[in-house]
Amino acid sequence: MSLQRFLEKAVSEWMSGEGPDSDIVISSRVRLARNLRLHPFPMLATESQAKEIIGQVSQVMNTEEFQNLDQFETLYLNDISGLEKRVLVEKHLISPHLANESRHGAVILSENEAVSIMVNEEDHLRIQCLFPGFQLKEAWNISNQIDDVFESYLDFAFDERRGYLTSCPTNVGTGIRASVMMHLPALVLTQQINRILAAIGQIGLVVRGIYGEGSEAAGNLFQISNQITLGHSEEEIIDNLYNVANQIIDHERAARKTLLEHNKIEVEDKLCRSYGILSNARVIESKEAATRLSDLRLAIDTGLIQGISPKVINELMVLIQPGFLQLYSGKDLTPEQRDVRRAKLIRERLLSVVDQ
Amino acid sequence: MICQDCEQRPATLHFTKILNGEKTEFHLCEVCAAEKGEMFPGSPGNFSIHHLLSGLINFEQGKSVGGLSTEKPLRCETCGLTYSQFSKSGRFGCVDCYSSFGAKLDPVFRRIHGSMEHSGKVPRRSGGKIRINKEINELKVLLQEKVAAEEFEQAAAIRDQIKKLEKQLANS
Repeated sequence: MSLQRFLEKAVSEWMSGEGPDSDIVISSRVRLARNLRLHPFPMLATESQAKEIIGQVSQVMNTEEFQNLDQFETLYLNDISGLEKRVLVEKHLISPHLANESRHGAVILSENEAVSIMVNEEDHLRIQCLFPGFQLKEAWNISNQIDDVFESYLDFAFDERRGYLTSCPTNVGTGIRASVMMHLPALVLTQQINRILAAIGQIGLVVRGIYGEGSEAAGNLFQISNQITLGHSEEEIIDNLYNVANQIIDHERAARKTLLEHNKIEVEDKLCRSYGILSNARVIESKEAATRLSDLRLAIDTGLIQGISPKVINELMVLIQPGFLQLYSGKDLTPEQRDVRRAKLIRERLLSVVDQ
Repeated sequence: MICQDCEQRPATLHFTKILNGEKTEFHLCEVCAAEKGEMFPGSPGNFSIHHLLSGLINFEQGKSVGGLSTEKPLRCETCGLTYSQFSKSGRFGCVDCYSSFGAKLDPVFRRIHGSMEHSGKVPRRSGGKIRINKEINELKVLLQEKVAAEEFEQAAAIRDQIKKLEKQLANS
């Protein structure tokens, strides 16, 4: 039944639309990659070796220190369907890798879904904290605490020279991947985004779409994260990303101000039209939905449209994805059926908010 | 030239595909090419981190290989992964791969991270001497702060702690 709870509750804490600078930063995430010294990495592990890892992790979960952190539940990937896995990916609670490629994987979720610890992903342990708004340092502190508890019971693969030893050489050293998901519509509209993204690439940071590697920046959402994990301390990595994200926030705010000052009527027209489409469309593809929702979010964040909480937009962003649409319909849907279902869901959700 | 697919936008990508010996020429605009998912150089969508990684790892190997080698392939004794398998997958098989592939990894890390040595968190259990050293250094900074603030009682306690750790370090 516990899986049902995580699937049915569409809104994880990271989608609350709250937190510092939440008009621009949707969420902040920190992930730590860790491995146990005496076991082959998940890529080569046999079934019994993978189970052994899960067993050791479970033992730590039962300790008082771990239970003092939060309330957790474990879900075993072998026990759940493809669609259910997809929904967990859409909620950002597990990675596509754990859903599709991992053998004998498990995920340990905290009650509010802010903490998710993946077992037997690419590494034995991937400790992830996902917070709403700009809370990078807070996410690091919690991940660090969880890491400390695991480390006091388990022998982590660590080398004095190379740091934490990971399955992939891109994570070695600190094993940390910190990221912020930012909504940057004004920088896109004013065509400053490419210049900014190019600059980011030159200082050891990387930009991706919201679903990680290889995904597109749909709906003007950009995920900015550290690329380098070796040679810098965790604090330096977090500070670097924090400062850069802060600068981008300032640029985005300035661009929004300029747009509304100089092109008020055009911008208002564009954003309000999107609201009109979202409230009335009968068929809508995911790409258009993402674009229109970005417009609506900008209208809400700039005070142009009132009475809709940003939480509704965050929730819709997750709900309109294929996995959720199908889960809610209780059956597989063709892409065309999904477009109809998506339009209906958005209409109903927006209508219910306005009525309140 | 106009894009052969949409027949509207100018074709900016021209390439030849050879499939089962059959040669076909394509002239597409960027939009149609992206929609078709055609592989063409310079398209960021076609590159995953592991493609890039494999390139970085092979770069080093490619340079040193000249003609036929009689040397045994480099292999991790613990998990059996060879260096060539690692360079293809971009993944280590176990902790010991790091020592088995030894110095060959330095250029790989330098290329990925610009650095070869860790300077972050050190776990208590597996960190050994480096952890104690780090703790001593942190305490020394704290000691100076306490002395500057004339909090001598606390400073004395920190000094004792440093001595204890230094003893521990000498004995380990």
